[in-house]
Amino acid sequence: MANVLEVENLSVDYIIAHGRHVRAVDNVSFTIKEGESLGLAGESGCGKSTIANSLLRLHKPPAIISNGKIKINGSDILAMNINELNMFRWNEASMVFQSAMNCLNPVVTLEKQFFELFKTHGITRNKVEAKKMAMDLLELVGIPGDRIKNYPHQFSGGMRQRAVIAMALALKPKLLILDEPTTALDTVVQRDILTRIYELKKELNFSILFITHDISLMMEFCDNIAVMYAGKIVEKASSDKILNAPCHPYAFGLKNSFPSLQGKVEYMEGIKGNPLDLTNIPLGCRFQDRCFNASKTCFEIEPSVTTSSNGFYQCHHPLGNLVEVKHEK
Amino acid sequence: MKSKETVFKVENVTMDFDVSGGFFKKKKVIRALNDVSFELYKGESLAIVGESGCGKSTLCRLAMRFYKPSQGSMLYENMNVHDLKGQDLKNYKQKSQMIFQDPFSSLNPLHNIYYHLKRPLELYHDYSKNEIKDKANEYLEMVGLVPPEEQGSKHPHQLSGGQKQRAFLARILAVGADVIFADEPTSMLDVSIRLGVLNLMNKMKREMGKSFIYITHDIATARYFSDRIIVLYAGHMVEWGNVDEVVINPKHPYTKLLIAAAPDPERKEQIDLPVLKSDESEVVGWSPESRGCPFKSRCPVSEERCSTDFPEAKLVGENQYIRCIHNI
Repeated sequence: MANVLEVENLSVDYIIAHGRHVRAVDNVSFTIKEGESLGLAGESGCGKSTIANSLLRLHKPPAIISNGKIKINGSDILAMNINELNMFRWNEASMVFQSAMNCLNPVVTLEKQFFELFKTHGITRNKVEAKKMAMDLLELVGIPGDRIKNYPHQFSGGMRQRAVIAMALALKPKLLILDEPTTALDTVVQRDILTRIYELKKELNFSILFITHDISLMMEFCDNIAVMYAGKIVEKASSDKILNAPCHPYAFGLKNSFPSLQGKVEYMEGIKGNPLDLTNIPLGCRFQDRCFNASKTCFEIEPSVTTSSNGFYQCHHPLGNLVEVKHEK
Repeated sequence: MKSKETVFKVENVTMDFDVSGGFFKKKKVIRALNDVSFELYKGESLAIVGESGCGKSTLCRLAMRFYKPSQGSMLYENMNVHDLKGQDLKNYKQKSQMIFQDPFSSLNPLHNIYYHLKRPLELYHDYSKNEIKDKANEYLEMVGLVPPEEQGSKHPHQLSGGQKQRAFLARILAVGADVIFADEPTSMLDVSIRLGVLNLMNKMKREMGKSFIYITHDIATARYFSDRIIVLYAGHMVEWGNVDEVVINPKHPYTKLLIAAAPDPERKEQIDLPVLKSDESEVVGWSPESRGCPFKSRCPVSEERCSTDFPEAKLVGENQYIRCIHNI
């Protein structure tokens, strides 16, 4: 199967005062195949959203893409000029943001907002036709079509998020980027929306990059998971493997941060310590201070990328199948 | 339960909000809580779960005396919380404290952590200056902010979210609270940090005998941290009881729905959510005139009598109650 998205050695820097910069995303490579859904997990500040924004080149200074290649459907995003970029966004790849409530223009009806979208991308200039297409899209995500003449404030949070998803799917993109699409919503609504997105995915056959910090949700919905820590993808593997036999201690810790819903309740440790300060990156492995498995090597040499059965990991001491953890008291 | 000493009691609390919006408009009232009663025992944690707008936070604010309940009462040491005066009031304010969702705004950005601990130690206890310093260090160590001298002299912006929440817990210990109202204390924290804070609260509960009202929408952490659980829907207690009974074997259709919707990586097969009869996003408003079951419009098994008969509480397990007229 062809790759829909290819990211190679991507680095994104934020310029801070006095000419210094912080590398928020450091040398990240991954691919998404046609019809695949990849989850990008990690704590806040690890660079998940920075990656998502750089895929559509949404960054403005002080953020700059300093290195790397991004190819979506074979076309090089970083080489495009602004007109090409405008046509590419939403046609080939679209994005749903966390605060969908704020993505919609509050003083314009949904009908007009859809019409503008169709007009800008040259689909149709006929209002009647645009309305019909928009109504079909709303029906697709489970909103009654006749509510198209409503303003955003007349919808609940979940419905607004659905409307934004309908808009993201309007031009039949090949890649849908979901940046924490349901974090602000209730669990029941969250599941409802995600189930709907995955039904549509089967129907329309697009690929998904799903960003969230809720790894338990991700394990249910994604084929593969990439775990990020401090600007690097530390492990990428299939969801089953991350759930049952993660290699990287951070992936293991993340997975073990969620108490079981219906299984046995046992004492869980979480991950000790605090997120890494990116202005002060230590020598060696970035996870050294919080790792239960760290040795002398981890403080000296940065682990290289090792390929595993269905992905890769970056760790000197991969955990393998038998994980025995000695927790400090 | 080891000891069943009641520390906080809520009796038939009903809370109405006037949302008329205009002098000449018809009076309109929203009933945010309807006939809520429960007891909180010493050294236990009681989880209150439900979707946004179900009245979880209203309950917390009532206990904090932000408003007075329209009907019913809240009792602390057999005294009505809303009638307290003088020394009793000061005592209640000391013994009941609230943890907020957002640790980024609950600490004063202009003062360091020591100041946050020093103030309650001065106000509520008579310690000497040196003792205050020692006590503050002791509390910081207890919540895992080590070394205390270094962490205590930091300002809130120098701490991460989890550390801030820990500093806030240290402040609560310094005040000397017994009943702690935790309003979504971990929902703004990172997943990797979340469990550490929950474990700390667990320690406070077990080792120091603090009681918690744990308000959350995350059933998995509610089960991890709490002994009993109350499921609220549109201001009504629809199911309540021991946490294991309720979570593993939910009886009320709404609880079933909530638990089915919660993410669970251990779940093997794809689950189908029960089909809701009406639109998911419809916010169910409850007014004093409303009749029948609050969940009737969304319930997959509702029938005609659900819209006329108010469901009375009934025992369905060892210590599990539901409000549903169906025989389950």
